Amino acid sequence: MKARYKVAGMISMLLVLAMGLLWSTRSVSAAAEGKITGTVKLDGAAPHMKGIDMSKDPFCVKQHENSPAHLENVVVGPGGGLQNVVLYISQGLSGAEATQVASQEPVFDQKNCMYTPHVLAMNVNQKFKVMTSDQTTHNIHPLPNALAGNIPWNKSQPPGAPPIEASWKTEEVAISVKCNIHPWMHGYFVVVKGPYATTDEKGSYTIENVPPGNYTVTAWQEEYGTQTAKVTVAAGKPGTADFAFKAK
Amino acid sequence: MRRMMLNGSLVLTAVVTVALCSFSWAQATKAEEDRRLGMESHIGKLTGHAAAAQGTYRRYCVGCHGVLGDGEGENAQWLDPKPRNFTLGIFKCRSTTTGTLPLDSDLFDTIGRGLDSSNMPSWNPLSSQERADLAAYVKHFSARWVTEKPGTPIEIPKKPEVTAERLKAGQEVFQRVECWKCHGPTGMGNGPSAATLTDDQNRPILPYNFHDGNRFKCGTTDEDLYRIFMTGLDGTPMPSWSDNIKPDEAWDLVFYLRTLQPMKSKAKEIARQIGLKPGAPSAAPASAPQQ
Ligand code: HEC
Ligand code: HEC
Repeated sequence: MKARYKVAGMISMLLVLAMGLLWSTRSVSAAAEGKITGTVKLDGAAPHMKGIDMSKDPFCVKQHENSPAHLENVVVGPGGGLQNVVLYISQGLSGAEATQVASQEPVFDQKNCMYTPHVLAMNVNQKFKVMTSDQTTHNIHPLPNALAGNIPWNKSQPPGAPPIEASWKTEEVAISVKCNIHPWMHGYFVVVKGPYATTDEKGSYTIENVPPGNYTVTAWQEEYGTQTAKVTVAAGKPGTADFAFKAK
Repeated sequence: MRRMMLNGSLVLTAVVTVALCSFSWAQATKAEEDRRLGMESHIGKLTGHAAAAQGTYRRYCVGCHGVLGDGEGENAQWLDPKPRNFTLGIFKCRSTTTGTLPLDSDLFDTIGRGLDSSNMPSWNPLSSQERADLAAYVKHFSARWVTEKPGTPIEIPKKPEVTAERLKAGQEVFQRVECWKCHGPTGMGNGPSAATLTDDQNRPILPYNFHDGNRFKCGTTDEDLYRIFMTGLDGTPMPSWSDNIKPDEAWDLVFYLRTLQPMKSKAKEIARQIGLKPGAPSAAPASAPQQ
């Protein structure tokens, strides 16, 4: 019995030591920047996206006279590429790398009574903008989990109103955002730590500014949830990770 | 055999570590909660103490708001709207901007006033000291009061004189920023978006019908009305407008909204004199002869 405790103690100590070593080597090698690229596909037939009835607001109807609006929960492009999937590094970043905040200011536009983009990724504490291009009043109402640290708010944005600048305090995948005036308007803020990317209409993505190392990359899609993959980034050699979500 | 022992000890370490962690975590949470029982509220010269309200809360509030303050008291299931969940720190009645904590005085006032057209009664029969203690007790349920300060209260400039021009201007604001999308063209609570509204817990909620009453959930005075729409009612679809309605316009809007309500007011009297009818001046070209 006693011996067992000894073994257990030694193992714990070794573990702590190993982790410490890992930590210190990681921060040393964090010099040269690399990247992670890949594609996200839908495996199976693209689900039917319902058309949106905007008849409650004539302005919105008019914007879509020639291009009927559809829900955007699953947007599949040519070759099965899945758009609006957010990719981020869920394991392998050092503390300093994870707290680095991307410098640009992503924009969430209310355009033709839809959210553009439908999914907006950002870092913890990264400033983002909510603007309106519409000649109708919107209210912008993000609904994060208050118990986890991000606090909901609800602001109006009539035509011509200045952009709203905001940021989120903690990681959250994902924050649902809606307009109560136009109930079909529903999008997401995806708040992550460290470098991230969002897939384009072909389902391709590139996560920039990733220091060489071993990582777990997570792909998040609003209907299909998350998938992870292990990726190695070497100096001058990007890591690759392709994902495929199964159609429901 | 050795391998098994090694495996066994690994499992043991894991179990012990997890047990130790959760034990100390539970202790930390308890300690944190105890510390929060030292929470105070400051309303003018009054200081409320959370610890002093334990008895009053158990007696008067627990049935609806629950032992944990999560709004899950035994009576909650029968109520609509639901009792507030205090652990979130999200409140309808604030003088502070949307997404921020209310002032202690906001909580104190709410407890005294109650919330109109809900089951939240007025607790004015309690002494002001007891209500101040309760405000502190309400705060102690959320860790937000430890890490955050209340928001900045919006400024309410002195109320101007109500005039015919202001009423017309107020009607125009109501149209332009589109309060009517929810509250209806004449303020009856029946706008095109009214039927689909839900609160933050996804329960159906109706916009206020101005023809129905002279009281609001968050007050009765003109200043209260000003504050209500400028800060919004957090946890509901009712957004804040302080970024988009200027102080002077806000007063115009207050006066116009008063003309929709049933009780007598100077605004209503002037509206009658000039024949101001609720409804969209733009939608009804008949607005020209009204002037
Ligand atoms: C009969 C049930 C009931 C009892 C008893 C009750 N409440 Fe409430 N309370 C409610 C309901 C319902 C709401 C939410 C009303 C709404 O959202 O319109 C509420 C909301 C509140 C709010 C939030 C106001 C805001 O701005 O969002 C506070 C603070 C509050 N109650 C304090 C108390 C205190 C303190 C007591 C005890 C002295 C108490 N309540 C007793 C039902 C009750
Ligand atoms: C997205 C829909 C929506 C819009 C737009 C909207 N409201 Fe509201 N409003 C609501 C809802 C829903 C409530 C009821 C909240 C509750 O009962 O808790 C409400 C409640 C109110 C109340 C009563 C609050 C109380 O304390 O009882 C006032 C006053 C009010 N709104 C004024 C306005 C004004 C003025 C505008 C335009 C500047 C406006 N609202 C725009 C949805 C809306």
